[in-house]
Amino acid sequence: MRHRDFVKFIFPSALAMLLFIAVPIVSVFVQSLYVEHDKVLVTVENCGPFGCQQETRVDPDATAALKAEEPLGQFNGLGTYLNRAHLATQEVGEILSDNDGFGDVARRIYNLPFYKALAFTLVYTFLVTPLSMIFGFMVALGVNTIPKAVKGPVIFLSLLPYIVTPLLGSLILFWMINSDGVIGATLQWVFADPTLSLKASPFLTWVTLIVYGTWHMTPFAFVVFYAGLQTLPQDTLESAMIDGANRWERIRYVVIPHLVPLATFVGLVLLMDNFRVFEPIIGFSSEANATSLSWSIYNDLNGQVDQLFGSAAATSVLTMIGVIVLLTPVLIRTWRDFNRKAR
Amino acid sequence: MTHITRTTTALALVWAAGAAHAGCGVDSGSVRILANDFDALGIVINEAATCAGDGVSVEVNMTTEHKALQVPALTVSPAQYTVAVVANNSIVPLLNEDLIRPLDDLVAKYGDSLSPSQLIRIDGQVMAIAFMGNGQHLFIREDILEEAGLEQPTTMEGILEAAKVIREKGIMEYPLAAADQAGWYLGNEFVNTYLGYGGEFFEPGSAEPAISGETGIKTLEMMKAMTAYMEPEYMTFTSDEMKAMYLAGEVAIMNQWGSMVNGHIDPNGPAPEIGEATMLAPAPTVGGNSIPAAALWWDGFTIAKNISDEDAEASFAAMVHGIRPEVATANPSAATWLMKDFAAPETAKGVLGNASGGARAYPMSPYMGLLHTALGAELADFMQGTESAEQALADVEAAYRTAAQEAGFLN
Repeated sequence: MRHRDFVKFIFPSALAMLLFIAVPIVSVFVQSLYVEHDKVLVTVENCGPFGCQQETRVDPDATAALKAEEPLGQFNGLGTYLNRAHLATQEVGEILSDNDGFGDVARRIYNLPFYKALAFTLVYTFLVTPLSMIFGFMVALGVNTIPKAVKGPVIFLSLLPYIVTPLLGSLILFWMINSDGVIGATLQWVFADPTLSLKASPFLTWVTLIVYGTWHMTPFAFVVFYAGLQTLPQDTLESAMIDGANRWERIRYVVIPHLVPLATFVGLVLLMDNFRVFEPIIGFSSEANATSLSWSIYNDLNGQVDQLFGSAAATSVLTMIGVIVLLTPVLIRTWRDFNRKAR
Repeated sequence: MTHITRTTTALALVWAAGAAHAGCGVDSGSVRILANDFDALGIVINEAATCAGDGVSVEVNMTTEHKALQVPALTVSPAQYTVAVVANNSIVPLLNEDLIRPLDDLVAKYGDSLSPSQLIRIDGQVMAIAFMGNGQHLFIREDILEEAGLEQPTTMEGILEAAKVIREKGIMEYPLAAADQAGWYLGNEFVNTYLGYGGEFFEPGSAEPAISGETGIKTLEMMKAMTAYMEPEYMTFTSDEMKAMYLAGEVAIMNQWGSMVNGHIDPNGPAPEIGEATMLAPAPTVGGNSIPAAALWWDGFTIAKNISDEDAEASFAAMVHGIRPEVATANPSAATWLMKDFAAPETAKGVLGNASGGARAYPMSPYMGLLHTALGAELADFMQGTESAEQALADVEAAYRTAAQEAGFLN
């Protein structure tokens, strides 16, 4: 293709990417560098049906004047990134300089909201991603061997967890694991422990969320691997059989190498998706025990009446950096493979 | 979904009303109402919508997301809505941004049917008209108290003792419930109990938090003590969840919203026998203090600033029509109405009992919302027993400070 044709060809999508991806990211980044104006406070008497009391209020005229001077807010540089709600550099510094050993450091850092959210997000990502790939692969192998007549319905059923809206899926499970619910009551009966509750302890909440996440993401891995299985080179398989390879050896030495490029792709998508885990936390009301980075953003924008845009923007940028860090090894690997093939 | 249905209903009413608009006192203007979505508000708004006619149009958007909409929708000029229905917490951003107009002249012109206590005055100016009160108060299963041979408890300490007796007699393992879900509800439980102890949230006249003293610690210890008699999943309970548990007969004593009374004692509801056995009482006192440990709330309406005077008059008149005393008389049990000469039925006694007992109003300070959010997020560790009360309160103050600095309230 000539260079000029290529430019013409790529221009519409480049423009769309610029408008819908690059510009919003830049605007979020700019937002994260600013905080709101100082509010001018005055004390006034407020009266209502339940009597009067002295309360402060914002002096709107004086505050409006400040706003007119600097419409974007006060420039705060990286201050928002470093404050207690995000990287908490000062707090972490204090913890590191004065502590009673590793356990104390871990406990106190975990007490900071950003690191608490990051801890769950990372554990979730690094457990759900491999687990759903393994289960997805196993389901794909299973579905591949069943008779054609029932394949359609089985594939549909296997895809259901992925089709169900995450919020709805987690809510349904939330009710089922309630101590009055089907799963919750059964577990209490099995373990003969009437106080057993999947929602009460932090550990069991994490387990529940990770099991839910695996259940929800497995079909995605399944459907990609299943498509990959349809392209298996039959002659290689047959020659392996002639060489006396059993089913396990055929999977190990023929099927898995064939699916590795797909696995990279699935892993990439799952890593990105799982790092942004959000709906199950709302669905399972697990804010007390598990929060994620996306949940922090939501929480900043969904206060009682206030919205902390700067704080939410800073968490968004940190989340993006997190995704980039996670994906870098996979991307480098893909790049190397690509170059090797191109040669 | 609901608000779409509501909007359709309201529009249908607009149609049905046709030329039959009578008694609203205006003949031109556009009324556009933004409101939260619950039944009692629906009654008022449907009444206001009957003012639609020749020159007056009424549009309604009832949505639980109203708090997210109101500031941007009222900032544009002309504002997207002429009326914003608010409560004592959600009026604050509208005041901060100067988006609602003083109502004194409109009250003088159209406000004959209003009682003075309905006027919300900020710094002397009427900024909102309240029409219903709300708050949490006791819902008690009288039959269970009788079975356990107990008197009606009126203090939190008394509730703990009653719960102990109910458990020891083997009537219920977990007789109590509270809306302790991490987030808004948990913050709200703290606010209620803390007010009951007579606490102040901020240093006078400033945004400096003042909760980490002894009162805060006592508040947390009381909240934690209560959870010993609640199902282990108490950190996931919302008020809706409590309603379901109460109707399933799993709760003997709880502090529930006054606006939800009807759903609990409805003779046509899922559990009429539980409604029958329910006794409503003001919120309990705590720590030897005399005031009920529950914040008082009001719901009322405000009129947008960035609209024409004609629309403002039409909106005010329509809303006053919607909250005229007859509406309260026709729907006595729908809410704790604040209208003139309203004879409160039994169902409103809880909230009114709180008010007459001297319960304090939920603070209207501009930074209260930030503190509420911080409470909801940072108290969870303490409630689950993984953190001391002192540490939890220090965390709340630190989280609040971070947010308040970003919002420009603290340096």
